[in-house]
Amino acid sequence: MTRVYQVMQEAIQKGLKDKKSSSFGMASDNAKLSFKLLEKNQKTLLSPLAIKAMAYAIATGEHNCKMGRIVAFPTAGGSGVIPGSIIATQEEWELSEKKAINALFTATGIGLIIAKQSTFSAAKAGCQAEVGAATAMAAAALTEMRGGTPQQAINAAALALKNKLGLVCDPLGGLVAVPCIKRNGLGAVHALGASDLSIAGVKSFVPFDEVVQAMNNIGDLMSEKLKETALGGLATTKTGLKIREKMKLPKIKKR
Amino acid sequence: MNYTTKNTNTDSYSIFEIAGPIMIGPSSSHTAGACKIGQMARALFHKQPGKVTFILHGSFAEVYQGHATDKALVAGIIRLKTGDPKIKHSFELAAKKGIEFQFKKGNLGPEYHPNTAKIIMEKNGRPNMTVIGSSIGGGKSKIVKIDDFPVDLNIQAGFKTIVVWHDNNKTHLTQLCNKIEKNGNNIHNIQTTTISKEAISIINTDGPDFTLSEIKKLEKQKGIKEIRSLIKLQQ
Repeated sequence: MTRVYQVMQEAIQKGLKDKKSSSFGMASDNAKLSFKLLEKNQKTLLSPLAIKAMAYAIATGEHNCKMGRIVAFPTAGGSGVIPGSIIATQEEWELSEKKAINALFTATGIGLIIAKQSTFSAAKAGCQAEVGAATAMAAAALTEMRGGTPQQAINAAALALKNKLGLVCDPLGGLVAVPCIKRNGLGAVHALGASDLSIAGVKSFVPFDEVVQAMNNIGDLMSEKLKETALGGLATTKTGLKIREKMKLPKIKKR
Repeated sequence: MNYTTKNTNTDSYSIFEIAGPIMIGPSSSHTAGACKIGQMARALFHKQPGKVTFILHGSFAEVYQGHATDKALVAGIIRLKTGDPKIKHSFELAAKKGIEFQFKKGNLGPEYHPNTAKIIMEKNGRPNMTVIGSSIGGGKSKIVKIDDFPVDLNIQAGFKTIVVWHDNNKTHLTQLCNKIEKNGNNIHNIQTTTISKEAISIINTDGPDFTLSEIKKLEKQKGIKEIRSLIKLQQ
């Protein structure tokens, strides 16, 4: 897991520095831009920790999009949420590397529960199973890392996942870029919020296992057009269709 | 809630399949998973193929270009790992090795996972081999068909997996298993698929690695046609 942690760090650092634009301009220097919010005299609504989490998650997402090396945790499309939120918290709260690595194990534990009862495949259940699952895993890990109980951790996972249910996978041109990268950035902030709520004592009315089952059920009911096929949603907006054209993908028949 | 939830995923993930794989982007299903399908196909064919045809199904067919699914599949065939930056250049590398390859789109049927590829491998002087592999999420993949045999083959960490082509004779399989156990490998499970007089068995063992010479020895056992090892992919 130390190696996993190192690859995450590398991906964040590379993602923050990289200015290159790729994939028809859909990934560029957004990580850098968001990180700049941490500079003095910048007025922000979020705390520095949350800004950092967001910037790190976007950095990972952009690095992934440019065929950089990342950890698929749990997937590549959702690979920014966990490193972003955990490493930002570790740095801002000056926690040990060991604590962060333990948190990665907690995230994995939540991931195992999801894998057992559902899927991580957006082709099967949409983005809720990728970025959604990642936010649940991150929320639990953050809660453990800050000293919460196992109950509080799993409750944080339930709170996070509930709020991502129904999220479809509708990437422009089918590329892991738009909306994936920024969904990771905001997903990291979402995980912080779920952890805060859980620590405050807010309980998910529906237990985590059932939330995962609901995610699976929603995945079954979801149209194929919204499951990684780039045939609906954002992928077929005016902007989405332009990307399709640029990529020389076949025109979508109206059905 | 009165809906029934069907468990769509009976495949068990290990810790580092959740916290991993370490991979070159952009998609775990379409890049890393595709690479693993290619790796497994190559391990089953054993030799470097001269020509490979990939038939892409479902979401693989719709969005393969942007995810470098094509490059990743070819990368797997030339045995690159999921985290190898050379994946980007797999086409050139494969061409240098003299491998011809082509991609087609095809509907394999609703029974297959949306991220599925059929791989036909050819080499002079050898029978062709067709394998179908599915990338089931988070970079995990499995082979679901070898030629006409439906199988459920994946790389499970902690196991040593061999695939055995043999005749449909229980005594011969038992004799093979006895030899494997004599080598000091415990057989964890065996999955056998038979079609009339022929069979394929996937044997998961734990214990020491099989060396190539041990596999050659095992292949001499009566009724055994061929044995392929996936051990290198499990390290």
